Amino acid sequence: MVYIDPHIHMVSRTTDDYETLARMGCVAVSEPAFWAGYDRGSVHGFRDYFEQLTTFESQRAAQYHIQHYTWLCINAKEAENVELSREVIAMIPEFLDRPGVLGIGEIGLNKNTRNEVTVFLEHLDLAARTGEQILIHTPHLQDKYQGTRMILDMLKGDQRLQRHRVLVDHVEEHSIAAVLNAGFWAGMTLYPVSKCTPERAVDMVEMYGPERLMVNSAGDWGPSKPTAVPDFVMEMRHRGHAESLIQRIVYDNPLEFFRQSRQFDFTPPDGM
Amino acid sequence: MSAGRTQQQVMQREYLPVRAKILEIAAALDRIDRASAKSVTESKTSESESSREQLQQALGVLLQSESGRAERVQKIFSLPYDQKWQQAFGLSGQ
Repeated sequence: MVYIDPHIHMVSRTTDDYETLARMGCVAVSEPAFWAGYDRGSVHGFRDYFEQLTTFESQRAAQYHIQHYTWLCINAKEAENVELSREVIAMIPEFLDRPGVLGIGEIGLNKNTRNEVTVFLEHLDLAARTGEQILIHTPHLQDKYQGTRMILDMLKGDQRLQRHRVLVDHVEEHSIAAVLNAGFWAGMTLYPVSKCTPERAVDMVEMYGPERLMVNSAGDWGPSKPTAVPDFVMEMRHRGHAESLIQRIVYDNPLEFFRQSRQFDFTPPDGM
Repeated sequence: MSAGRTQQQVMQREYLPVRAKILEIAAALDRIDRASAKSVTESKTSESESSREQLQQALGVLLQSESGRAERVQKIFSLPYDQKWQQAFGLSGQ
C-alpha cells in the first residue's frame, strides 16, 4: 500500500532510510523543523537549516521518488531564548514562498513555560498574518495533557485561525478527544517507547473514527522507527479493517490536509 | 468500529501478549524491590516513592471493569491542567 508519512525528520536519517521507505510504499513525507539535539546559537543557524530543508532534502528524497515537504519554525525547546526566537520568526517569511513549504511547524510547548507560550503565540500570529497552515507539537509524557489543553486554549482564542488548517500532533488517549472535538486535525505518533504503539493507534481509530486523523513515525535522531506507518497498516490488516479505511488514514487524510497549503504540489503515483 | 471481531477472537489474539506484559511488570517490580533502598539524597527517595505510588495507582486502574482504562492511566502520569493558567501567566484578554 502506498502511504504518506506526515511527520518525519529526514535530515536526521540516512539515505538508506529513504530507500527503505520507498520500498515500503512511502510516496511523500512532510518534515517539520525541530530541535537539533542542541540549542542553535544564532539566527544564521536556522537560515542554513531552512535552506537544507527546502533544497537539499527534497532533492535527496526525489532520488527515491519520494516527494518531500516541510514546515518552518523555531522549536519549543529553544523558545526559552525569546530574543533568538523572535529573530527566527522574523526571518521565516523569506522561505514561505519556496516550493514544498506547507506552513509553520512544528510549533508548540515543551515544558509549558511562560516563554514557550510567548513564542507559540508569536508563531500563531505569523501563521495568521501570512495565511499559513500550522503543525503543532504537543509535549512529552507528564507534560502532554496540561500542554495540549493550554495549546487548545490559545488556538481557540485566536479567531483568525481556521481549525481545519491546524494539525495537532502526538495525540494520545488523554488528549485526542479534546483535539478532534474542537475541530482540529490530530496526528498519532508511533514510537517504540513513548507516545503511541501501532496497536494503541489502531485502538484510537476504532474509538474515534478516521475523520481528521493521521499517523506518523516522527522518525528523528532519537529512538524512533521510520517505517512505523507500515507497522500501523499491518495492525489494521490483522484486525480485519478494510483497505479503504487504512488508505484513508495513511494516504487520503494527509493529502486532504496538505492540499490546503498553497505550496503543496503533489504528483500521485500511478493508479492513485 | 471493531471490524466485526468477537471478544473471543480478540482475547485469543491478545492473551499471550498481555500475559507477557503482566509478567514483565511483575518482574520489574521484583527488580525494584531487590535493589538497595539506599538513596543518594532525600529528594531522590521522595521522587522514587512518588513514582512507586503512580505505578500502584495505574495498576489499580487495570483491575477496574469500566473501559477507558488507557485514558485514566495516562492521566495518572500527567500534570494537572488549570483552566485559569492564562491568568497565572498574566496574559491579557483571556
